[in-house]
Amino acid sequence: MSIRALPLYATIAIFLLAYLICYIQFPAMLSTRVIGNLLTDNAYLGIVAVGMTVVIVSGGIDLSVGSVIAFAGVFIAVILRDTGLHPLVVFAMLLLITTAFGAAMGGMIHLLAMPPFIVTLAGMFLARGAGYMLSIDSVPIADPFYQMMQRAYFVMPGRGRLTLLGMIMIAAVILGMIVLHRTRFGTNVYALGGDATAARLMGVAVGRTTVAVYAFSGFMAGLAGIVFSVYTSAGYPLATVGVELSAIAAVVIGGTLLTGGSGYMFGTLIGVLTMGLIQTYIVFDGSLSSWWTKIAIGALLLMFILLQKGLLRLRVSQ
Amino acid sequence: MLLSTRDLTKAFPGTKALDAVDFDLKAGEVHALLGENGAGKSTLIKCLTGAYRRDSGDILFEGQPIFPQSTLEAQAIGIGTVYQEVNLLPNLTVAENLTLGHQPRRFGIIHPRAMRAQAEDMLAGYGLDIDVRRPLEYYSVAVQQIIAIARAVHLSGRVLILDEPTASLDAREVQMLFDVIRDLRKRGLGIIFISHFLDQVYDISDRLTILRNGRHIATHPAAELDRMQLITLMLGHELQHETATRHRPAVDPTDAIRFSGMGRRGRIAPFDLTVHKGEVIGMAGLLGSGRTESAEVLFGAVPGDSGTAEDTNGPVDLRNPRAAIAAGFAFAPEDRKTEGIIAELSVRENIILALQARRGWARPIPQAEQSRMANDYIKRLDIRTPDADKPVGLLSGGNQQKVILARWLAINPRFLILDEPTRGIDVGAHAEILRLIEDVVAQGMSILVISSELDELVAVSHRVIVVRDRQHVSQLTGEDVTTDTIVRAIAAPEAEPGSDSAATREVMA
Repeated sequence: MSIRALPLYATIAIFLLAYLICYIQFPAMLSTRVIGNLLTDNAYLGIVAVGMTVVIVSGGIDLSVGSVIAFAGVFIAVILRDTGLHPLVVFAMLLLITTAFGAAMGGMIHLLAMPPFIVTLAGMFLARGAGYMLSIDSVPIADPFYQMMQRAYFVMPGRGRLTLLGMIMIAAVILGMIVLHRTRFGTNVYALGGDATAARLMGVAVGRTTVAVYAFSGFMAGLAGIVFSVYTSAGYPLATVGVELSAIAAVVIGGTLLTGGSGYMFGTLIGVLTMGLIQTYIVFDGSLSSWWTKIAIGALLLMFILLQKGLLRLRVSQ
Repeated sequence: MLLSTRDLTKAFPGTKALDAVDFDLKAGEVHALLGENGAGKSTLIKCLTGAYRRDSGDILFEGQPIFPQSTLEAQAIGIGTVYQEVNLLPNLTVAENLTLGHQPRRFGIIHPRAMRAQAEDMLAGYGLDIDVRRPLEYYSVAVQQIIAIARAVHLSGRVLILDEPTASLDAREVQMLFDVIRDLRKRGLGIIFISHFLDQVYDISDRLTILRNGRHIATHPAAELDRMQLITLMLGHELQHETATRHRPAVDPTDAIRFSGMGRRGRIAPFDLTVHKGEVIGMAGLLGSGRTESAEVLFGAVPGDSGTAEDTNGPVDLRNPRAAIAAGFAFAPEDRKTEGIIAELSVRENIILALQARRGWARPIPQAEQSRMANDYIKRLDIRTPDADKPVGLLSGGNQQKVILARWLAINPRFLILDEPTRGIDVGAHAEILRLIEDVVAQGMSILVISSELDELVAVSHRVIVVRDRQHVSQLTGEDVTTDTIVRAIAAPEAEPGSDSAATREVMA
């Protein structure tokens, strides 16, 4: 329909093409088991990328999310170890903290008119440091509720497992789609990313929207932290270094414009799955070094940045 | 009275932007606000819309004093504004733009069908047949402008302020917009119309209010004030008749820059051009006809893919602007805000910029020399600024344009290209810039002037080149350089009856 949707179509086409190539070489890759694992293994990345999509569409960036995930893991592990609180209570506490943390960064960005890059960079160090303060070592989680969550799954036809983690990710993406595409807040996010001055003149509450954007990202980072701690059964302050960059990569590969104002939540899901697919392919191949994942993702990113540049030029020339 | 101001006063450090201004707007009229740049038009508008807080005086809406603190509050009271640009969001759909902030929802979630219906409802009666689900950027500026009006009318509905709404529209689009304005007038809105284009002002306005130096000068029905009287009121003194004395320059046919076959595919067809020393060449054509594209090729800003340039010393390298500047070329682009001035830098820094760039950063111009040069040009070009160290972004449009001119004059080019040097500046500055062109030409500089204002081209040019559909179609010299002949050359192919006047308007715009 619109030229802005082109990157989304490109993303979907590339994903399908990549899957086809994988399938021809390794027919087993089409099994629901592989698909189930793809969702489970990338659940935390997918969730954090949902928050990142909203941030990037608003014209910002959130570098703190990787550290927030690590902090979340340590926080949950330490509280569960030291107190008798139910994990669900701990989750609620954590989500409150990370959401408030995001909101505080959003507030700073708006009130001090500081670049999001700097504010969230500070947030990145802060969250990482807070994790270290709680524990320097990896803290194992042996809560029975955790074991229950790890074992919760549906069996799909073909004996693939749709795990709870995978379902949480899908739920997060759906929530993200509704928030971004079907709420006034979501439209305000696009408005902000398109042209902050015009948005303000049209009555968008720029400050409130900015705070909400980073609060949403903080919430999603907290949720990703919960999922990651279930996935690894531990909290470790050195975990998930650089995940914020993977999330940004997934968002960009998903067709969202880094300059803001344009993109689709669904694209981000495809972006995450594309990155997971490359990883899976390398595991299947067995002979390739895992660094090929990074090279392939780098090449994809470059391609999408060039595509965006091309589209931008196309739009200008219209 | 729908909207009035009484003794409205607003001062900025150093200037009184509004000095006890009385202004009245009736329901069902189009009221044009006129004045030179710096006369106080924008300040008045900004006080009315809450963007500025007034120092003293009253604003009365239907007789009640109002105190809008923001554009939103003004909108809620009933005063809507449409600016020249930055009104809407090109990345959102038309429907989203129209309904932003009050999208219909069901269970907190936007209801797309209801949103579309509401948007189509808001656009009904504006004569637009568009798909509101498409992104706004898909539509032309004129359509976007009408959508912005529809939004403003829907949200405020009593007073509509149009600030230079026609600046980037062509003649047909202006008429489309005017039809909308007339219709709104019939519906009883009070409309404040600001424009530099006097033709349009007379075309649409019922009454005219003239401001000068922050004071209210006069308000008259448009029919009772002719153009000369209006300009006299705006300038405060009789405009010296710009007599088009065709002083033929004693050009030396051998001392010239010869361009042959210059062009770039998709932008401008190959053309030949000979520029004599001390000659002013005008370039006329409609917006998008290839005027600016010609200039960009000549300056290497968008280098040509064919053609050569040579002067008496041999070939001239025009691969990029740097090479062109080295060859003694200079180019003052059309969009001075984005391509010309550097708003944060001071007047002095803006003036020495090109000269410094040519000298190279290793040899900075001494501070004393910079100040001397800046002050010299401020005096010579009559740039109105308190001092040379004021950021250029704070000056008015006409003065910014003079700063750009000073920048290029400082490197003493032999060939200066001016793209729309008088766009968006007031009548007084206008005449000064034309006089300046004549001055520098007398000293042997060659100038290419691109302009939509035919009177201006006729007044300064020795020769006029007409561009149409990305081709140089004809060249007028000597006695042939008249507004009439240029219009005829521009309109030549589609010489159907009626199209002629449209073309005139387009050119004048």
